[in-house]
Amino acid sequence: MPRMTMIEAIRSAMDVSMGRDETVVVFGEDVGYFGGVFRCTAGLQQKYGKSRCFDAPISELGIVGTAIGMAAYGLKPCVEVQFADYVYPAYDQIVSEAARIRYRSNGQFTCPIVIRMPTGGGIFGGQTHSQSPEALFTHVSGLKVVVPSNPRDAKGLLIAAIEDPDPVIFLEPKRLYNGPFDGHHDRPVTPWSKHEFGEVPEDHFTVPLGKAEIRREGAAVTVLAYGTMVYVAQAAAEDTGIDAEVIDLRTLLPLDLDAIVKSVKKTGRCVVVHEATLTSGFGAELAALVQEHCFYHLETPIQRVTGWDTPYPHAQEWDYFPGPRRVGEALVAAMEG
Amino acid sequence: MMEYAPLSLHVPEPEVRPGDTPDFSRVVIPRAGSVARPPVDVDPKDIRDLAYSIIRVLNRDGEAVGDWAGTLTDDELKEGLRHMMTLRAFDARMLTAQRQGKTSFYMQHMGEEAVSCAFRRAMEPGDMNFPTYRQAGLLIAGGYPMVDMMNQIFSNEADPIKGRQLPVMYASKEHGFFSISGNLGTQFVQAVGWAMASAIRNDTRIAAGWIGDGSTAESDFHAALVFASTYRAPVVLNIVNNQWAISTYQGIARGGSGTFAARGLGFGLPALRVDGNDYLAVHAVAKWAVERARRGLGPTLVEYVTYRVGAHSTSDDPSAYRPKTESDAWPLGDPVIRLRNHLIKRGLWSEDRHKQMEAEIMDGVVAAQKEAERHGTLHSGGKPSVRDMFEGVYAEMPPHLRRQRQKAGV
Repeated sequence: MPRMTMIEAIRSAMDVSMGRDETVVVFGEDVGYFGGVFRCTAGLQQKYGKSRCFDAPISELGIVGTAIGMAAYGLKPCVEVQFADYVYPAYDQIVSEAARIRYRSNGQFTCPIVIRMPTGGGIFGGQTHSQSPEALFTHVSGLKVVVPSNPRDAKGLLIAAIEDPDPVIFLEPKRLYNGPFDGHHDRPVTPWSKHEFGEVPEDHFTVPLGKAEIRREGAAVTVLAYGTMVYVAQAAAEDTGIDAEVIDLRTLLPLDLDAIVKSVKKTGRCVVVHEATLTSGFGAELAALVQEHCFYHLETPIQRVTGWDTPYPHAQEWDYFPGPRRVGEALVAAMEG
Repeated sequence: MMEYAPLSLHVPEPEVRPGDTPDFSRVVIPRAGSVARPPVDVDPKDIRDLAYSIIRVLNRDGEAVGDWAGTLTDDELKEGLRHMMTLRAFDARMLTAQRQGKTSFYMQHMGEEAVSCAFRRAMEPGDMNFPTYRQAGLLIAGGYPMVDMMNQIFSNEADPIKGRQLPVMYASKEHGFFSISGNLGTQFVQAVGWAMASAIRNDTRIAAGWIGDGSTAESDFHAALVFASTYRAPVVLNIVNNQWAISTYQGIARGGSGTFAARGLGFGLPALRVDGNDYLAVHAVAKWAVERARRGLGPTLVEYVTYRVGAHSTSDDPSAYRPKTESDAWPLGDPVIRLRNHLIKRGLWSEDRHKQMEAEIMDGVVAAQKEAERHGTLHSGGKPSVRDMFEGVYAEMPPHLRRQRQKAGV
């Protein structure tokens, strides 16, 4: 089986989808001739032509707005927003339009679009290249929100997202593009070529939206994580020696509640982790769901480990990033109560 | 050292306010027939003056004059009159229905009927409009059943969109009418995307985007023009300048630009202004712009100069911000009367036939309303099921919505 970085896997997903379905089109800033600032679309314009993969003006509103119109026509646009931090000009188009068109037209018009965007920090990107805005999308009825954590999932989930009949926000943890970063920023990262999840089928396959996966089986405490934090959580388990069960949520909306409930009922403890800021973060939703569905199984209070409620800083990146030490402390707290 | 006077903020004001005498002397009205009709493949830079003029066909004597005349047959003109009168009668009945509490809200077209009714005639089946809330003429002139419009307005059990939208936010894919948003301006750039898709698929269908004078201030307008211009999308971009954005006069959105149409010039788009109360002129310009789009010559920006005679909506009272008699002073007259006079002038119509048709139309609207009311009105009779509230958010209902529906007990 070929080995791919997450970038190559994402590119392969678009390649496979464009090859199978000529209504799939790809565009965004620097996406066409150059192939994207992260190279995710490299070669697609040469292969499928300028009318199916092209450069867009610097207007996220325009990119998403035109994608919505294309979807109403019958295309399946898969557009790139260069950084998740840049998505806000398109927010009205996503929230008021893409998410609601099926509902408000009673299915006469639909919006099968995918909006891809690199998310999260860890690359010294400062406040404008590091944010994790997933909660701004999980709050919106009508959207689906996906955050893959490895090349294999990234490809399978992206193909599933492109084939999905509804709009999907596809957040790509950019710190994982080249390897499974575990938050130990002072250590070298294993490249995907040496990781089991770097093995990615060349052809078409899907990973279903809405299904979580257990990344580390454990009996002591459940850690709910997604994206980069999956590896940070695993590192924290190894560092502390606590037998944590790490669940990679993969899709935040719709959420695999059954997998969460099953694990927490088994362990009786829960730690929720994400890079995004704390207040009203997706962790709040997870904590609420766990207490609603597992209250009588909980031995200790649910812990949350997240980015601080500040803008994402530059110099203080590793003080901000919820690394293995902080997650480890939460694991200990969950064990001690 | 140079001395500067203190700066002060310029906030534009309309010439008149309540109590003042209406004054439209700033609106320069060229003579009907005076603007030449360029070929559709004209170089946009050769017609930049059209962004500052007004294309008009019907003159004061009810005659159709100039290059832009002659795009419609006699029967089509009579049908056009019927469409506009139908829209007016429909509006009148629905305004009353709103006052009677049969619905929560309504928006009328009084004075602007020609814009959407005449434009619709320039489009072909399969083309797509991305309208605002004041283009119901696209549906009326396209033969969409009035009963279905009313069912939507009443949010009743037969509402084609299941009671999910504010009244008048219709949607009909079959009739080339994209779902109306209510968030202003969003549809303008979507129209460009639809048109780009048609070009991507080597189709021959075209799109039309609609926006009001006030909403041109939204970023969506700018994005639409950028994308339309860059990709030469087969789209007609329509600005309906009815002078008022709720209580805000058009000068607040227009700023220092001479006209709204002139905004297209910086994008290299052909930008035309047309007498929005002149059914013949609207149709001629629409046909020209649609033809350009369909021949792959790219987008056209059209500004319809018209006047919103009524309130913005049933929640608005214009007497609070403009003279009550301002609409009487509007120099472009009434679109229904102008087309009627033209037909009479040509011996195709008479006062009697007009009155007779008015009565016939009203009978039809009343009958449609009776039928719609059999399916319920907002607060009485049949209504969409509560189950419907949970349906259609996604193609397939996800588990969390299923749990919520269960909790709601439906």
